[in-house]
Amino acid sequence: MSPFKTTLAAVLTLSALAATNTYADAIMIRNATVYTMTDDGVLENTDLFVSGNEIRKIGRNLDVPADIRVFDAGGRPLTPGLWGGAGAVGIVEVSAVEESSDASDATLEMRPEFDVTPAYNPNSSLVPVARTEGHTFTLLGAGGGGSIINGQGRVVALDGGYSSFHGGRVLFISLGGHAAEKAGGSRAGQWMQLNQAFAESGLKASDDGDGVLTRAGRTALASSVKNGIVVFGVNRASDILQTLAFAEHHGITAVIDGGAEAWMVADELAAAGVPVMLDPLQNLPSSFDAMGSRLDNAALLHEAGVTVIVDGAGSHNARKLRQMAGNAAANGLDHEAAVAAITVNPARVFGVDDAFGTIEEGKRADLVLWTGDPLEVTTVAERVIVNGKLDSMKSRQTELRDRYLVEDPTMPRAYIR
Amino acid sequence: MKHIKLLIAGLGLASAGVQAAEEAFPSTYEPLPSQPTLITNATILTGTGERLENASILLDGGTIAWVGSGDAPANAVTIDAEGGYVTPGIIDVHSHLGVYPSPGVSSHADGNEMTNPATPNVWAEHSIWPQDPGFSRALAAGVTSLQILPGSGNLIGGRGVTVKNVYSTSYQGMKFPGAPHGMKMACGENPKRVYGQKGRQPMTRMGNVASYREEWISAQAYLESWTEYERKVADGDEDAKAPKRDLKLETLAGALKGDILVNMHCYRADEMLTILDLAKEFGYKVTTFHHGVEAYKIADELAEAGVCGALWADWWGFKMEAYDGIQENIALVDRPEGSCAIVHSDSSEGIQRLNQEAAKAMAHGRRAGLEISEEHAISWLTSNAANSLGVGERTGTLEAGKMADVVVWNGTPFSVYAKAEKVFIDGALLYDRENPALQPVSDFELGQLQEVR
Repeated sequence: MSPFKTTLAAVLTLSALAATNTYADAIMIRNATVYTMTDDGVLENTDLFVSGNEIRKIGRNLDVPADIRVFDAGGRPLTPGLWGGAGAVGIVEVSAVEESSDASDATLEMRPEFDVTPAYNPNSSLVPVARTEGHTFTLLGAGGGGSIINGQGRVVALDGGYSSFHGGRVLFISLGGHAAEKAGGSRAGQWMQLNQAFAESGLKASDDGDGVLTRAGRTALASSVKNGIVVFGVNRASDILQTLAFAEHHGITAVIDGGAEAWMVADELAAAGVPVMLDPLQNLPSSFDAMGSRLDNAALLHEAGVTVIVDGAGSHNARKLRQMAGNAAANGLDHEAAVAAITVNPARVFGVDDAFGTIEEGKRADLVLWTGDPLEVTTVAERVIVNGKLDSMKSRQTELRDRYLVEDPTMPRAYIR
Repeated sequence: MKHIKLLIAGLGLASAGVQAAEEAFPSTYEPLPSQPTLITNATILTGTGERLENASILLDGGTIAWVGSGDAPANAVTIDAEGGYVTPGIIDVHSHLGVYPSPGVSSHADGNEMTNPATPNVWAEHSIWPQDPGFSRALAAGVTSLQILPGSGNLIGGRGVTVKNVYSTSYQGMKFPGAPHGMKMACGENPKRVYGQKGRQPMTRMGNVASYREEWISAQAYLESWTEYERKVADGDEDAKAPKRDLKLETLAGALKGDILVNMHCYRADEMLTILDLAKEFGYKVTTFHHGVEAYKIADELAEAGVCGALWADWWGFKMEAYDGIQENIALVDRPEGSCAIVHSDSSEGIQRLNQEAAKAMAHGRRAGLEISEEHAISWLTSNAANSLGVGERTGTLEAGKMADVVVWNGTPFSVYAKAEKVFIDGALLYDRENPALQPVSDFELGQLQEVR
C-alpha cells in the first residue's frame, strides 16, 4: 500500500561513509523536502543517510553504500520526530482505570519530590500508537493531584527503552481557578502557600520551618529552582504576570502551560524569555481564567518573539498535536514556526535539543517521512525512524484494523492475526 | 434512509398522552430575512454523493431553488465562490452546547440529571442556555443544525432536541420546526459507575440490561392503557377515563411508537448487539448508536439493522470501553451497502472542526485501502446526520426545495486550512468571515475584556 518502494541500492560507496564497514541497519532517504528546523531551513530534493542511530549525511545526490534500504520520498516532507506533548504516554494505559494511571499523586499534600519517571512503562500500548504517528519524544508530566505543586517529570524518548530519559527534571505547578480549591479556594491562597513552600525550600534540613513541605520536598524544590525547569499551569493574563514576577524573584527557569490569555501579555513574556505551551484550538471562554481565548494566540505570541510550543492534546490523542499546529498555521502562525512548535521548540525549551527537534548531521536519527504537508489532517506518517531504526508502523490499533478489514471471515476473528 | 420516518408534531399520533407532550414547548423559530442569493463558480458537494465542478446554486425564499445551473431573479445577490466549495450545512447529531455551556462552571452543569438511573421525563431543551458562546463558534465552522442531548450518566437520560444554530432569547426560538424529539440512552460504564457507587442498581452491565427491561415493560403497559382508552373513546364510551399522564412513561411510549428517535450511547460491539436484541424484544427501533468506538466490529450488523453510527474520528483510551478505538472506525462502518456513518463531536471544540474530523476519517480509510471520495465523505456530516435526526427530507443535502442551509468554504473542507467563509441558514446569511457585523456575539461575551492596548 505504501507509495514508497524499498529498493536495493546501486553499488556505490561514499568515501566518507566507507569508514564504517557495515550498514546492516542503514537507511537512505532520497529526494525529500527536509525540514531541518535549523538555520538551514527547508531543503528540497535532498537525500539523507542514516546509519547506526545517527544522521550521518545530508545532501543532494548522495552516493549510496551497497545493500542498504533506500526510500524514494518523491519530494515529500521529512521532519524531525515530533514532540508528543507534556502528558502521560507510558504512565497511563486507560485514563479512567485508576490502577493503570500513574500520572498524579492524589494525596492532598504538597510533594514536589513526587516524581513520575519510575512509573514509566515503555511497553504501554500508547507508545507504539504515538510512534506510528511520528512522535519520538514526550515530556512525562505530573498531573494535577491534590496539590498546586503536582510533582516532577522528565523527557523520555519513545524508542522502547526502559530508561530512555533525557534532560533534567521538570517541576509542574498548577495555579488559577481550577486549582484554587487545593489551596483554600482562592488563588490568593495559592500564592500564599507557594511563597511559603519556596521559603521553606531555602531552610536547612535541620530547621523545622512551617511545615508545608517534607524534608525531601524542600530539597527537591530547591533543586528544581537551581537546576531545573518549572512549568506553571496558568491561563489568565494577570496570573501570567504574577508568575513572571515570581519566577524572576526566585530565579526560576519558567515555562507557561495553558496560557489562554498569553497573547494579552505577549511583550512581557517575550521580555522575560518565557516560552508558552498552548492549545491553538482554545477559542472559547471555557472558564473565567480564559475569557480572552482566541485562535490566533500562537500567531500573536510568535510575532511578539515568544517561543511557542503546541500542547494540550492529552496522552491518548497526542497525535492531535499535529492537527493543532495546523490550526495555528491556519490562523496566522507562519507554517515553519508551526512545525517548530511541535519539534525544535519543545526540544530546546526542555534542554533536549542535543537529541531531538532538528535534522542535522551527527545527530540522533529520529525522523518522519510524511505523505504530504506535515500539518495537514489528510497527511499520515509513511515512515518513522526512531533512534536510527525503521519503525514497524504496527500498534494494537493497526492490528485491530487489519483484523476487521477482512470481509466475511469463515472463522471467528480471534483467528485472524 | 427510508427506515427513519419524518415526523411532523401533531400529525399521526395515536395516543392523546403522547400527543399532549409533543405539543409542549412548541418551536417559535422563524427563518431570518434573506435575499435571493446566487453562488457561482464553486465545487459543489451536494450531500447526495454528487460533485459538481464550476457549478452554481440559487437560494431563494429560504429554500434551495436549484443546484447546478439555472436562472436567477434580477434582485439576486451574486457570490463568486471561485476556488471554493459549497456544501450543505454541517449537522452535529451529538452536542451538549447550551446544557454544558462555556464557561464550564458548576452552575452551568445542566446536562446530566444523575438522580435516578432512568429519567426519561427530563428534556435537554429545558437546560439549554441560549447564550452559550459555543453556538457562534460552531456557526463559524459551518454548523447549521445540531441535536442537543442530555448526558450519559443515566440508562435513560431524557429527551434531546434538534435546533437550528441561531441565536435567540429562548430555546423555543431555536427549535427545528417539526423535528422529532430524540431520547438518550446509555450503555456500559457510565450508568453502572454512577449508580454502582451509590450501592444501587445498576452496578453491572447485567444490571443495566435488567433495568432497561423493567422500564420498557412499564412503558408497554402504559402505552396499552392509552390504546385501550382511545379504543373506548372511539367506540363512543362516554365514561371512558383517561389514564393519568406519566412523564417518564410518556417519553418511553413515544419511543416505542417510533415518534421519538432512540439515541443510544454505547462503546462496545457486544453491548450494541445486546441492545439490538433488546429493541427486538420490545419492538422499538434504535435510530443511532453514538460513540460506538467498536462499531467497526459490527459494521455489517449495523447496516443490516438500518442503524446509524455517530462516531469520533480518533478518540480512544479514556476509559476501558474506549480501549479498542481505531482511526478507521468511521470508514469501516461506512463500508457496507446501506450503511449510515456519521461524524459527531460531543465536544465544544470538536463541533468547530467536524470537517477536519471527517477529513482524518477519510484519510485513514483511504490509507487502509478503502475508496472514499470527498463527495461521499461529506454525507457523514450532512445527509446521514440529517436522516439520523429525522429531518433528512428537509435539510442535509443540496437539492431543490430543501431548506437553504448552505456553507461556502474557501477551498476543500477536507483540510486543516479550510475555513467556512459564509454560512446560510434557511437562506439567511448568518455568518460572514469578511463581515464582523455578521459574526454573532452572545450576551455573555459582551464587555468581558478591557480594550487591550
